[in-house]
Amino acid sequence: MTAYAFRRLLGAIPTLFVIVTLAFFMMRAAPGGPFDSERRLPPEVERNIKAAYHLDKPLAQQYVLYLGGMARGDLGPSFKNKDFTVAQLIATGLPVSARLGLLSMALALLIGTALGVIAALRQNRWQDYSVMTVAMLGITIPTFVTAPILTLVFGIHLGWLPVGGWAGGAWRNLVLPVTVLALPQIAVIARLMRGSMVEVLRANYIRTARAKGLPEGRIVLRHALRAAALPLVSYLGPALAAVLTGSLVVENIFGLPGIGRYFIQGALNRDYTLVMGVVICYAALIVFLNFLADIAYALLDPRVRLA
Amino acid sequence: MITSGQNTTTIALASDLKGRSLWADARRRLLRNRAALTGMIVLGVIALLALLAPVLSPYAYDEVNYDIIACAPGWWPAEAACTAPGHLFGTDAVGRDLFVRALYGARVSLAVGLVASLVSLLIGVLYGAVAGYAGGRVDALMMRVVDVLYSLPFIFFVIILMVMFDRNFILLFVAIGAVEWLTMARIVRGQTLSLKQKEFIEAARAAGAPPLGIILRHVVPNVVGPVMVYVTLTVPGIILTESFLSFLGLGIQEPMTSWGVLISDGADQMETAPWMLLFPALLMALTLFSFNFVGDGLRDALDPKDR
Repeated sequence: MTAYAFRRLLGAIPTLFVIVTLAFFMMRAAPGGPFDSERRLPPEVERNIKAAYHLDKPLAQQYVLYLGGMARGDLGPSFKNKDFTVAQLIATGLPVSARLGLLSMALALLIGTALGVIAALRQNRWQDYSVMTVAMLGITIPTFVTAPILTLVFGIHLGWLPVGGWAGGAWRNLVLPVTVLALPQIAVIARLMRGSMVEVLRANYIRTARAKGLPEGRIVLRHALRAAALPLVSYLGPALAAVLTGSLVVENIFGLPGIGRYFIQGALNRDYTLVMGVVICYAALIVFLNFLADIAYALLDPRVRLA
Repeated sequence: MITSGQNTTTIALASDLKGRSLWADARRRLLRNRAALTGMIVLGVIALLALLAPVLSPYAYDEVNYDIIACAPGWWPAEAACTAPGHLFGTDAVGRDLFVRALYGARVSLAVGLVASLVSLLIGVLYGAVAGYAGGRVDALMMRVVDVLYSLPFIFFVIILMVMFDRNFILLFVAIGAVEWLTMARIVRGQTLSLKQKEFIEAARAAGAPPLGIILRHVVPNVVGPVMVYVTLTVPGIILTESFLSFLGLGIQEPMTSWGVLISDGADQMETAPWMLLFPALLMALTLFSFNFVGDGLRDALDPKDR
């Protein structure tokens, strides 16, 4: 187990390396640079700025410099947000994004599982059909449609919740973004859960449990749910990637100061170092959480043997 | 004696019956599925409207009219309607007809969906079939590449690409298609692995057919079923990705439009002019719904054991 975990962690290094390299050369291959502006700078000023950011050196040397900095945990200064390093910006943005993402995942797991179990227990009855219809809606309607509509209803017409802003992470400001981000995941998880629950409820050991005369609630929660939740664990990786992507939109719509907003701004402004920093941050998160999900799967399912 | 008598009757009956191919069976099942049939009709109508867009409205998609800014459709309740007639969905913030723009958005979204799916189909099927047919070390290496690519946060690369190359329309198709082929390759490889063991492949090999010929003539035609199902489910995913990019301002550029752009504009004005958000959002949701229903129906029709 430990050996497997170690090998998987080592395997993540080339993946991250590929990501960093791809992102670096893609950014530099593009026409235009971070210091092209409407007004042309005097040539000597431009030369000084470029020298300060190493932009005057050959590309290969810039790449080596960047990798060297990264190894020391230095992601460089932001080109557009003057006086801030990329690491500082990420340090202020990451807690916001992480809070948003984790709360949505928790909400999605809780509600999605519950809905899926209910649908499976009432298979082919109205409860099942209504849950599955809502799930279909949740999957097809994108976050950038649900976000404005929910804001319109709960923020403007009813006036219950603020329309946007972070306000230090006050719960009232969190309700709408977290809900919007969780909705598609609730839908996917409910569908997954229903499918595997229906299968598990037909298994022989459930019939045995019923025959022993165990109360239904205990059968569902103790015997069926644990087995049925396994496919969910392997879905956690993709779910997380989806939540991260969704948070790009949600942070933009609700004006939340997370790293998703930095990414879009940085991409539009050609803030090379900021975009690189955020991509590396996201990639590391995704790779690491996929790793955790695999380990959790192996720990939970005794049938999985890791060689 | 009894058995031989029964055999003759079965043979007689079979010769009376018209032979039904797998495809005829599948078509019959698909047409009997009401949700899938409705989905196909809806998609057909939307595609037709999109094609006929210039004929259907007296207004051009980029015709600006500052006298009728953000005015409601004639039948909208409790709102002063447009003074100019024929604006079925109202007008946008610079007085362009929303009906025609929504249909042009449909053109872009459907075109992106279909072309990018074709790109992913081409790459995915060939890659998967070659890997599966070659087997052994080649297969292991090719699939390892897919695994590494799977763990990259691709949406970020697409965003970087779009920003760097100035929102090139064709690049958008290619970039999204190049992201989506991974799952296709996995599906086709799996199918190819089992097809490889079949007698007709062995017969082709014994007859001296070259490997590439076997792949193209004998393997690929036999994976059409699952591939078709996956394609119908890929198209809505790609439409979503394109709208997502356009919503963030990274996709289609003015005066051309797509559903993502229209929804983004509508979200800005939703307090004063909710129709600007409503119609594009509804049209898009309807399309995505229909694709999902058709995809589910196709899967049930081609793979009856799963029902």
